[in-house]
Amino acid sequence: MVAKFDLNDDSVVVIIGTGAGGGVLANELAQKGVKVVALEAGGRYLPEDYINDEWESFTQLAWLDARTTSGTWRVAKDFSGLPAWIVKAVGGTTTHWAGASLRFQEHEWKALSTYGAVEGASLLDWPIDAAEMAPWYEMAETKLGVTRTGDRAGLPGNNNFKVFEKGALALGYKEVHTGRMAINSADYDGRMACQQTGFCFQGCKWGAKWSAAYTDIPAGEATGNLEVRERSHAARILHDDSGKVTGVEYFDKDGNLQFQAARIVCVAGNTFESPRLLLNSASSMFPNGLANSSDQVGRNYMRHTTGSVYAIFDKPVRMWRGTTMAGIIQDEARHDPSRGFVGGYELETLSLGLPFMAAFLNPGGWGRGFTTALDHYENMAGMWIVGEDMPQATNRVTLSEATDQFGLKVANVHFDDHPNDVAMRNHAYKQGVAIYEAVGATRAFPTPPYPSTHNLGTNRMSERPEDGVCNKWGQTHDIANLFISDGSQFTTGAAENPTLTIVALAIRQADHIAREMAAGNI
Amino acid sequence: MTQHPKGPALERRGLTRRQLLSRSVAAGASLVVGAGFVASGTAAWALETTAIKPESMATLIQMARDIYPHDQVADQFYAIAVKGYDTAEAAPNVEAGIAELNAAAVAAGHADYISIGWEEDRVAVLRAIETGVFFQTIRSGLVTGLYNQKDVWPIFGYQGESFSQGGYIERGFDDIDWL
Repeated sequence: MVAKFDLNDDSVVVIIGTGAGGGVLANELAQKGVKVVALEAGGRYLPEDYINDEWESFTQLAWLDARTTSGTWRVAKDFSGLPAWIVKAVGGTTTHWAGASLRFQEHEWKALSTYGAVEGASLLDWPIDAAEMAPWYEMAETKLGVTRTGDRAGLPGNNNFKVFEKGALALGYKEVHTGRMAINSADYDGRMACQQTGFCFQGCKWGAKWSAAYTDIPAGEATGNLEVRERSHAARILHDDSGKVTGVEYFDKDGNLQFQAARIVCVAGNTFESPRLLLNSASSMFPNGLANSSDQVGRNYMRHTTGSVYAIFDKPVRMWRGTTMAGIIQDEARHDPSRGFVGGYELETLSLGLPFMAAFLNPGGWGRGFTTALDHYENMAGMWIVGEDMPQATNRVTLSEATDQFGLKVANVHFDDHPNDVAMRNHAYKQGVAIYEAVGATRAFPTPPYPSTHNLGTNRMSERPEDGVCNKWGQTHDIANLFISDGSQFTTGAAENPTLTIVALAIRQADHIAREMAAGNI
Repeated sequence: MTQHPKGPALERRGLTRRQLLSRSVAAGASLVVGAGFVASGTAAWALETTAIKPESMATLIQMARDIYPHDQVADQFYAIAVKGYDTAEAAPNVEAGIAELNAAAVAAGHADYISIGWEEDRVAVLRAIETGVFFQTIRSGLVTGLYNQKDVWPIFGYQGESFSQGGYIERGFDDIDWL
């Protein structure tokens, strides 16, 4: 039975966003008997609705509301209105994500202590560590059915992986396998095994990949404690004279402004929308925005050091067949400053269909240098770089002068690469090209970063209130009943795809919130 | 980022090949233009134009090929990619852009763009205008207009969706045999 709560019911927890953070938090709280209203800006799409066509799917799922960009990153030039490729739908970007589910390495929780101060970077240690997170990671892996964890087998390798693996082994890499993936290698949790269909980024039509859209969300709704309001766009969080938040103003599916009262508000709108909402909620009491006494809201935006390497061979690869990202080399994920940078990176298989390859191989490129690459699309193999980037105070989300369809100021996303990011990317490009040349590649293409999919850090966790926005529970330092529940709470980015960590933090946060509510502390 | 213009596929008009060619003159190496239409030199297809001049459409098709040249992709796919510009709304900007392109060709010592015989020389003319709005509009439109045509995909070996056939689990996801 799906719950329906009254707008004036101030006993509910209101969660803004239903992705890896908000969607999981909503279910976990509902399972514990906590009443939850989840506001989701997008609509609800399920496997039968997903479209295995890159542009049509993009139109269906992507967040296309206005955003602006600035800074020297190439995305600002090539995709000025589209800094991120993330999703506006129930389940958020868990519909689109590739499924790579890696734990942080132990040292990555303590970046400042491990790497030392890096000029121009605002590094910090997380206020939590690997030992504290281990049980929550295990719960997250069980929830997501992550392959190569527990007793779950790995996925089989596709053509793209086989090329990648052979090149990696030729270079002497040891940690090479088909990844720890939230994609079923066998039937699991009522969902079927991967059918090697490709189109992981467009929503898994088999439901073999974990997505909150068809797991946690319906599970939470089945408890009778969770109401998901679709096409409900949060506009402002309100507070009382004591500084506690009282609820959320939002535009409903008909464009009418509503107010939902709340005992607790959890912000999980992703790393752009969460700080935007806090900044747009400025009041006479909080003129710089909510939870922003530190001036850290919106700062320290991280997007992982990314890039791709594609290569052409003299024979067919057909990289688009099968699981998009089931392949990883982890040897370079270590911290080894002798390479000329701190932190490390993962290399993961990746493929794009012909339409997206044309859009992303070399945005703005034209002429035969470009087209002869696409001519051999069938003979192409591809990989993606995902490495730790440096938090910088000046890489930040601020309010733009531009407004959206509701008249709300949109997020401007400013980003400049740190020299460490550039050194890491160049190292990874070189290794990626060498991997393919070891298998006989006739031509290789280091490809620039796409619009960001890993967006982190703009409401970061910190031990001291002056260094960040929230504490080790995601609770904001300034306002006891306001929580950050998405990737924006990341103190640093680590080298790993962030979803597993977002999920683990959400499970842990639900446990904390339910306990504190029961104790009457919030 | 926009979808490519939708519309009916190119068709031969109700003319015989001989009739069509007798009503047209050559435009560049592989196209012919007549009153209100552009056609392939073999008359395998023809595209009627309503808002822009047939000569301008022929130039646009040649320009599209020169921006994204794929020798195995026939002209008709480039024609489909740009035919959406033949509207009353788009025509003034397109005609102005073509005039700009032809002026650049004249400045380089040619009669006009489409009569330049070598791709290399046409590309040099495109380089002269590549930072302009017209070139960038045409180029970015082609990214979807050309490569998102499902009929183009097989030419590159791309197979599109596989869900309707049960994925590749039993159809070669790991069939590479040359490693």
